[in-house]
Amino acid sequence: MKENKGMTLIVKTVIKFLAPLVILFGVYIILHGHLTPGGGFPGGVVIASAFILLTLAYGKQIAEKKMKRSLAALLESTGALFFLILAVLGIFLGGWFFSNFLPKGEPLKLLSAGFIPLANIAIGLKVGGGIFAVFLALIIFRIAGEGGKEQK
Amino acid sequence: MLELYSLIILMILGSLVAIHTKYLLSAVISLTLVGLILCVVFLYLQAPDTAITQIIVEVIALVLLIRAVSIEKGTVGRKGARETFSAVVTTVFLVLFAFFAYRALLDLPQFGFPLMRVSEGYIREGLVKTGSANIVTAVLLDFRAYDTLGEATVLFTAILGAIIVLRKAGRK
Repeated sequence: MKENKGMTLIVKTVIKFLAPLVILFGVYIILHGHLTPGGGFPGGVVIASAFILLTLAYGKQIAEKKMKRSLAALLESTGALFFLILAVLGIFLGGWFFSNFLPKGEPLKLLSAGFIPLANIAIGLKVGGGIFAVFLALIIFRIAGEGGKEQK
Repeated sequence: MLELYSLIILMILGSLVAIHTKYLLSAVISLTLVGLILCVVFLYLQAPDTAITQIIVEVIALVLLIRAVSIEKGTVGRKGARETFSAVVTTVFLVLFAFFAYRALLDLPQFGFPLMRVSEGYIREGLVKTGSANIVTAVLLDFRAYDTLGEATVLFTAILGAIIVLRKAGRK
């Protein structure tokens, strides 16, 4: 009965190969946010879209094994908190809110631009976790709504 | 500029189709068409950061909206006097808005020219001051990090509200 859930075998097979690549692309967009176009927000949404693909293709149960809703919500809160902590650390280490307290490094290298990559990672976690959590909440709402109609 | 204008006219046509079509699904799809053309417009105006965000958010919004459309089958249209009333109110509001927007937009400088004083400073000193090669990220996370914090708070609040409203325990 498990095979009947979700979409057809073709979609499942394609997404099995595609989802890791999509996640990798999202991580690339986040980590290279200070070098190439992109940043925390688009990268986070790309990662969330990979999990949304998994949910659409394999059904809710199997996707929830990979990433639970509570875990997604936890990641979101962690990202937001991390971003705020970075901002407050700026007061103590750099002098003002959101001061760039880490060394700037050499431009056009991956480890440069002070705390900007860290802030990108924080925003990526926040956006990715948040959007996937909302998507799961909407799907559960839909299923519950249909169940309610059947009872009546 | 001709390409830009034709793209913008396509966007207006797409939104008109979205308003006037009978079926929710085709309305959602033409709305997504508007977003995708907006992405092309951003690329044409040499803003790849915004274009990436636009296309990804548009696709996710398409998925979510199709999910939402599949819940409700039909639309409840306003009929008779209420329809006339809302049309008149909308027209009056649009005319007022166009009037004031025209008055306000007369004072704007020409498109993309000349460079503003603040953004000129960002472009000249961005790389030295922040070390970030991508000037958009430098502005978002260093010069204007307050705005990003506000945006993150808005998103956090929206997601919090959605999860609280849609949670299982509250619907008994």
